Amino acid sequence: MVAGGILVVLVLLAALAPVISPFAFDALDLSHRRAAPSVSHWFGTDELGRDLFTRVLFGARVSLAVGFVSAAVSVLLGVAIGATAGWTGRWMDAVLMRVTDAMLAVPRLPLLMIAAAVLAPNVAVLVLLVGAAGWMETARVVRAEVQSIKANDFVTAARAVGAASPRVVVRHVLPGVLPTAAVATTLAVGRGILLESALSFFGVGVQPPAASWGNMLYQAQTTMTSEPWLGIFPGALIFLTVLCCNTLGTTLAERPAAGG
Amino acid sequence: MVEMRFAVRRLAQAVPLLLIISLLVFGLIHAAPGGPLSLYLDNPNVRPEDIARLRRAMGLDQPLGAQYMAWLAAFVRGDWGYSYADGRPVADRMLERVPATLQLVGISTVLAVIVSIVVGVGAALRRGVDRTASVLAVAGLSIPVFWLGLVLQLLFSNTLGWLPSSGRASFAGGGLADRLAHLVLPVTVLAVAHAAGWSRYLRGSVRLALAQPFANAARARGVTESRIVLRHALRHALLPFATVVLLDASVMASGAVVTESVFAWPGLGSLFTEALAKRDYTVLMAFLMCASVAVVTLSFLADVAVHALDPRTRNEP
Repeated sequence: MVAGGILVVLVLLAALAPVISPFAFDALDLSHRRAAPSVSHWFGTDELGRDLFTRVLFGARVSLAVGFVSAAVSVLLGVAIGATAGWTGRWMDAVLMRVTDAMLAVPRLPLLMIAAAVLAPNVAVLVLLVGAAGWMETARVVRAEVQSIKANDFVTAARAVGAASPRVVVRHVLPGVLPTAAVATTLAVGRGILLESALSFFGVGVQPPAASWGNMLYQAQTTMTSEPWLGIFPGALIFLTVLCCNTLGTTLAERPAAGG
Repeated sequence: MVEMRFAVRRLAQAVPLLLIISLLVFGLIHAAPGGPLSLYLDNPNVRPEDIARLRRAMGLDQPLGAQYMAWLAAFVRGDWGYSYADGRPVADRMLERVPATLQLVGISTVLAVIVSIVVGVGAALRRGVDRTASVLAVAGLSIPVFWLGLVLQLLFSNTLGWLPSSGRASFAGGGLADRLAHLVLPVTVLAVAHAAGWSRYLRGSVRLALAQPFANAARARGVTESRIVLRHALRHALLPFATVVLLDASVMASGAVVTESVFAWPGLGSLFTEALAKRDYTVLMAFLMCASVAVVTLSFLADVAVHALDPRTRNEP
């Protein structure tokens, strides 16, 4: 619950960034460059005198958006592929599951790093890439659930009265998968944020002048000893956000209503 | 005999898997606008006729299907091409990095396994330990690896000055103590995330084992709870635990890339990020293929080992 509350606050802060931030996003203040955290600059300033608190707020918009949208992409793909494999069975199942296994065997981060380096994506494409790298676990769980739901009498009954396959899947099977999908989504948000930050940290993710928590860390990396605050705050926010998502996901998964 | 048949069947599944992976890796590199030589297109010092000559020399003017077949055949033979960055054979560049990576990944895996067993057993036995361990585990899974590395460097190298911040040894080429000191931070960073996931898994399977009839039978004989955990439940839980550790090889590869780069550890992971910065596609492809082959091989070995060691798994279809 606390985790959910913190997440809501973070989303609100990000959404209201232009209103609440004390400075403009790209306001330079060359007389206060590399200033340590103080009353006027809570998180300090960077090498151009830009207020770090403001930049972290605006970075939150990119990082959270990447996290949420990529999670939606992952879970939609995972449910679609898992349900297709579980429902149709036979060769379709075999093919889809081999592809799933293959995707799981390729180390995710290096794969994404190459994809991002090759395609040099904008934020929208980056979101799709991160989402496309995260559907496999969901697909596996959903496939297993669909297989077990398929064996229920209400599914047989629906088919017996002549309901078409797509209708049975959407009306009778998928609702049973919802709790799993909810857990998968919360966990995928955290993973998406982590992946985006890692990609940006290696310089192949979100590109400046846009700010995300990851590319702020990329820029802070070289000056970690002289201006540690530039690295500490964005990283701490990644940690906090992902921690909240994972706590929420674990809590959801342990609730008996989630079907265990 | 049963084992052999199972191993052969399982191997037959691994081959199409590796083919799908190779298609994925090949397709990814050739999805670049301008192909693998795109880097040269922006370079004013490289003339168009040079690019055309390079394309011919590297077979890039062939149809994609033919290129794929040629690449795959060469890859299987161990001919991984030449690095775009320094012209040396990719296999040589990778082989010289293997020992450093094996050392880092090996030591951190052993450390993570020991921590997981201690914490997992403790959490299965004591409620208080369980609470703390579960909070720490979620934290360990949520912390960005590279940020943890940066913060530890800042704290232990720059502020306290206790440990070296990067590399595998000092320039002067120190002794054993120096090498060990260089290992501490990267090993810690790499072990944290693994121990977090694995300790939770072990705790779960020890708990499951404790609910089995054999645990009750031992209790009825008056065996103490801690002895039941150590002698019966843990033995029961260790085999699936070992499988989980082996199956996490893919996560280890990702972790090694990040950790090695942050700590300038001269292994395969930092070779990968160097190649990434230079768009050295032959190295990138070889790295991804090798990592995937390693993952598939380990999961194959894990399956065969479990099948051989645990008779119960043989009844499953």
